[in-house]
Amino acid sequence: MIDIDNLSVVFGDGENRVLAVDQFSLRVEAGESFGLVGESGSGKSTVLRAVAGLLDTWTGNIAVDGAKLGRKRSRDFYAKVQMVFQDPFGSLHPKHTIDRILSEPLIVHDLDNREARVRDVLEQVQLGPSFRFRYPHQLSGGQRQRIAIARALILRPRIILLDEPTSALDVSIQAEILNLLDDIRTQLGVTYLLVSHDLGVVAHMCNRFAVMRQGKLIEVAESAHLGTGALSHAYSRQLLLASKGYDRALVDTFADL
Amino acid sequence: MVCAMFSTRVENKMTQTPILDVQNLNVRFDTPKGEFHAVKDVSFTMGREKLAIVGESGSGKTQTGRAILGLTQGRITADRMTFHGSNLLGLSPVAWREIRGRRIAMVMQDPKYSLNPVMTIGDQLIEAGHRHIGTISPRQRSLEMLEAVKIRDPLRVFRAWPHELSGGMGQRAMIAMMLMAEPEMLIADEPTSALDVTVRLQVLAILDDLVKTRNMGLIFISHDLNLVRTFADRVLIMYGGRVVEELPARDLYSATHPYTRGLLACAPEVDNPKKRLAILNRDPAWANPPPRGGR
Ligand SMILES: Nc1ncnc2c1ncn2[C@@H]1O[C@H](COP(=O)(O)OP(=O)(O)OP(=O)(O)O)[C@@H](O)[C@H]1O
Ligand SMILES: Nc1ncnc2c1ncn2[C@@H]1O[C@H](COP(=O)(O)OP(=O)(O)OP(=O)(O)O)[C@@H](O)[C@H]1O
Ligand SMILES: [Mg+2]
Ligand SMILES: [Mg+2]
Repeated sequence: MIDIDNLSVVFGDGENRVLAVDQFSLRVEAGESFGLVGESGSGKSTVLRAVAGLLDTWTGNIAVDGAKLGRKRSRDFYAKVQMVFQDPFGSLHPKHTIDRILSEPLIVHDLDNREARVRDVLEQVQLGPSFRFRYPHQLSGGQRQRIAIARALILRPRIILLDEPTSALDVSIQAEILNLLDDIRTQLGVTYLLVSHDLGVVAHMCNRFAVMRQGKLIEVAESAHLGTGALSHAYSRQLLLASKGYDRALVDTFADL
Repeated sequence: MVCAMFSTRVENKMTQTPILDVQNLNVRFDTPKGEFHAVKDVSFTMGREKLAIVGESGSGKTQTGRAILGLTQGRITADRMTFHGSNLLGLSPVAWREIRGRRIAMVMQDPKYSLNPVMTIGDQLIEAGHRHIGTISPRQRSLEMLEAVKIRDPLRVFRAWPHELSGGMGQRAMIAMMLMAEPEMLIADEPTSALDVTVRLQVLAILDDLVKTRNMGLIFISHDLNLVRTFADRVLIMYGGRVVEELPARDLYSATHPYTRGLLACAPEVDNPKKRLAILNRDPAWANPPPRGGR
């Protein structure tokens, strides 16, 4: 469903040049929920942004549903691929009502029955119609993130790119959102590419995952291996160890693998 | 052994002079729909220790932290709020300038909002440390702090604008700014939520060492219950603006309040997969004040 082949992304030049993604290749099957984990700054968000068409310059090949993607994406592409951003506070327009935020993609894509669609999608994310005329700042963090997911769902995409969709949320709201994402995938057969720092979330949500470090993909593994510890790269094993909780003595054993 | 000795020392110090003493703190907002009571009768005393605050979204964690620094837009009342014995209530703007960011620092929840978008990271670091007196140059010191928080490319990040950083790099820039200021007390609001778990523990080790070697007091606000259990000394659990339970952090998994137990049940775990995550069924009674004679 998503085929990334030899993707590289460079930002800046001269002494500010950074190779954010370095010859990255990955294949995500249709209907799969695929996790992306790894070091902070290793290029996870950049990979998602390249797939979503939010970057001007990248090299390599990206194909979605068999069709090779160019720099500029068509309207049809956005009906098929949607992204939920890392930052739940910054990703919704502060001066627009929820109704307007959710209607806008429908207007861009010339879809009718807008009001009914907005009501339906709000119901899907378990927010009542009373939320339609509120503004983002009048919602809690978890409610805002549900709106961001609703906006991604309203065009009924086949692929949703999720960048740390729950890292800013408390565990009770996280549980509601992860259950919701699970239901959507089973009901609609959507494909997920999900970035998370929480290996528990990856183990729960994904069948497979990839580990990134310094722009490179270093390992692809079955999520079940998180439980057994059967990971092949030393960095991945260190990550798994660190996910068990704080231990001052353990920190001193960390190496730059 | 070492650990046990350390905790007795902390308790002794606490009975002498607490760093922070907060009694019956309340924060209220005036809204078009009437008064909103965000923090209700919160009391705690802390010494050189790591005190965690957990609780669901909207439970009042951030507002409690901001109230200590006089940074909330709401109305603050308290029976007592002292820092090293001196009153924090009704301080003048001049007096606050001596304390805020210098003696008590806060790492804000949302780096993308808290970093200044029109100033480079380097300039913001130098500004944060401008009161520091030392032999090395502010620039050199800034680069060392970026390295301490495991930034791979300190020089590039020093020159970068906030929008050129990843989520977790922005968060670490905020922590580096706090390190520049060397506060006596730190309020860290979800300081590591955007970091991978390895770098997260490395950054927490820095804070831990500051508590142990420089006697810093740390308030650690977090949604990560396992991290709180393994990192903090004590934990306050908040619901609807109130502290509903207080425990030694290591006993968090034996919490008795149904709300705390409910939160614990919601978290997905690597080695305990579930078909579906439990969700929290909230009981309106949790928001009531505790019966007399303790919470
Ligand atoms: N607009 C930009 N200009 C310059 N550099 C950038 C830009 N966006 C990202 N980078 C750099 O690219 C690298 C990868 O960033 P990215 O946001 O993809 O990391 P990430 O893996 O998502 O990290 P995190 O887990 O912290 O969110 C970083 O070094 C970052 O500084
Ligand atoms: N300026 C304001 N006016 C009115 N209400 C406010 C204002 N600022 C905060 N609140 C309310 O105060 C309550 C406590 O907010 P606070 O930010 O302390 O929550 P929190 O526990 O930090 O939640 P989270 O985990 O989502 O960060 C919330 O219900 C919030 O909506
Ligand atoms: Mg990112
Ligand atoms: Mg908060």
